[in-house]
Amino acid sequence: MASILRIIAQRLALGILTLFVVSIVIFAAVNMLPGDFAQAILGQGATPEAIKAIREDLGLDQPPVTRYLQWLAGALQGDLGNSFAQANFASFAGTTATANSASVAAQLGPRFENTMFLAGVTAVIAVPFSIFLGILAALYRNSVFDRFTNIFTLSSISSPEFFLAYILILFLAVLNPLLPSLSNIYEGMDFGDRLTKTLLPALTLTLAVTAQLMRMTRAAIINLLASPYIEMARLKGMSPMRVIVKHALPNALAPIINVIALNLAYLITGVVVVEVVFVYPGIGQLFVDSVKIRDIPVVQACCLLFATAYILLNLTADIMSIISNPRLRHPK
Amino acid sequence: MNIWIQIIGILVALGVLGWLFRFAGQKATNNKPFFRDMTFGVAFGYALGAAVLLWILTTYYKAITADGQVEVNKYFFFRTVIEWFVKFSIAAYLFRLVFRYVGTAGTRKLFRNMPLTASFGIMIILVYAFVAIFAGVIAPHGQEEVFAKVNVLPGGDPAIGGDPDFPLGTDQIGRDLLSRLIYGAQNTVGIAFATTCLAFLLGGTFGFLAATLGGWLDQLVSRSVDVLMAIPSLIFALLLMTIAAAWAGSNKELLTVYMVLIIAVIDSTRVFRLARAVGLNIVVMDYIEAAKLRGEGLGYLIFREILPNATAPLLAEFGLRFCFVFLTIASLSFLGVGIQPPLADWGTMVRDLGQFINFAAFSPQTASLPLLAAGAIALLTVAVNFVVDWMLHKSSGLKE
Repeated sequence: MASILRIIAQRLALGILTLFVVSIVIFAAVNMLPGDFAQAILGQGATPEAIKAIREDLGLDQPPVTRYLQWLAGALQGDLGNSFAQANFASFAGTTATANSASVAAQLGPRFENTMFLAGVTAVIAVPFSIFLGILAALYRNSVFDRFTNIFTLSSISSPEFFLAYILILFLAVLNPLLPSLSNIYEGMDFGDRLTKTLLPALTLTLAVTAQLMRMTRAAIINLLASPYIEMARLKGMSPMRVIVKHALPNALAPIINVIALNLAYLITGVVVVEVVFVYPGIGQLFVDSVKIRDIPVVQACCLLFATAYILLNLTADIMSIISNPRLRHPK
Repeated sequence: MNIWIQIIGILVALGVLGWLFRFAGQKATNNKPFFRDMTFGVAFGYALGAAVLLWILTTYYKAITADGQVEVNKYFFFRTVIEWFVKFSIAAYLFRLVFRYVGTAGTRKLFRNMPLTASFGIMIILVYAFVAIFAGVIAPHGQEEVFAKVNVLPGGDPAIGGDPDFPLGTDQIGRDLLSRLIYGAQNTVGIAFATTCLAFLLGGTFGFLAATLGGWLDQLVSRSVDVLMAIPSLIFALLLMTIAAAWAGSNKELLTVYMVLIIAVIDSTRVFRLARAVGLNIVVMDYIEAAKLRGEGLGYLIFREILPNATAPLLAEFGLRFCFVFLTIASLSFLGVGIQPPLADWGTMVRDLGQFINFAAFSPQTASLPLLAAGAIALLTVAVNFVVDWMLHKSSGLKE
């Protein structure tokens, strides 16, 4: 038990270190921008005095290392700075930006919840479905069913998400109006309504993820079927389904859990395109919008958030596969 | 609630049908092992498969006998999908048949035991390459040519707002969509291909160098690659594109060049991983030791000893990497930060034409425009994946 905790602590430390380096990369990348925040806020026609004032106001006259540490310290406390777009809008409207409306954290909060909801719904549909399909494909390998699912999954892996999204919109929203094609989620919606509006983006992501999960489950199980203990179980006269579920599946669990975690990590990047197609108010859409108008603090914060989630999920995958595999649990 | 009762009813009916099928089979064939050992699940599967097939056939029959514009429109997409599926299958079959008798002995043998999916993939890749190279000759108009006729509907029928000059219609500023679709092959595929080559050049060079030299260089490059791979690639590309857009200003071509460089660097990390792993396995071989003892230089080691032995996995990786780069570029363009207008590009076309999908009920030809551009992307990646899948299957020698 102590060794597991030590391994987990080691991985965790490694993950935090990676995250730290990633935050440096993100900060450095943004600092490569020509000009700086002050010019970006004031635009081209700014007077040097105004730029200087803003620079001092935002602390841009300090050296990069100090600024980085300040940004990091702020980010750790949940303060991700102020959005340019919101600040601009406030100054245009003649009001001062209140700390609440312009802060990146306030913008991210509800959207983060929406994105998590979408990813959660997708995972709930995709994981059981694809493991079931994977077991079936492994059970009836090389049959017509297996070949057909192989072709189908290969096609859906390789299609861009927006193609899958438009096909689903075409058949489920336009030709047969079953589900809404626009996901206008707002606060205080009741759960059923929210679920219906999330279902089409979730189905799109399910299509994209299921294929990978199913193929991995199938491969992991088939890999094991050649081992002697499976042969033994078969010779005992066990039914093929029982051999797979009782004997092969527990040993195939490590790679399967790994793939599930990796695919959830993939979901995080997948949501960007899908959220844009369905106008789903999540982090991905905010990210793309901010990229287009070069709202640096928001881009920075979203990037950090995506990277954190990605690293955390990869870490989970690592730890889960160690826990489920005794050979990794007790390294020689 | 009604729909749930229907679904349960259908499932029960299928179950009964499957049981009857198995029972009838057992009686008719006097308990042949095939029917005797059939589990109920398999019997159910056969019933389900038969039901789906029947549904497709009846719907297709309804589609071809449909009367009136509304009915025809309703089945338009279903009918198109089925017909193209059959056409592609026949074409792939003929393609394979022809190349079983034409070509060198090596290729003839290759085509003899090739699955239909792989020959379909090769056929599509060849067609795309042809269209991409000769886009200027095939396309009826130039990609940036603007005509006076704006928003011409596809179909070429003047009665409903079409024009025989523009089979797929024109967009909102009067550019011929068919020509843009054809030029899209040149731009999108060409740029993706160049990016992949660049990524392989970068990743392959560093990977082999790290594998051969080892030491601090290996550590340095490997650790930086680890960090770069910790950021999801699409997110990282979007972040860097923000900065590149600020650098490039209003210079659209420069932005496209930046995009190629950014994606090449991000993807070269994945290539580096593979090249290093493959290289490390080769470096410990005896023939490398012998070459080192002969006093061969680093260049000879990499190009004459390691590279020829690493071709097979790298080639498969090239196919997959190309798909990945292609999809990333298409996604970036779809999000509006990739290949910039006036260059014709499929991702941008999908974004611009996306709204037309809502007209599917009364003008299916218009609604199929965004699907055509998105489908062009999907078709190529599917084709490449089919070929790579077959190559991997063949080289791994898996018969299971």
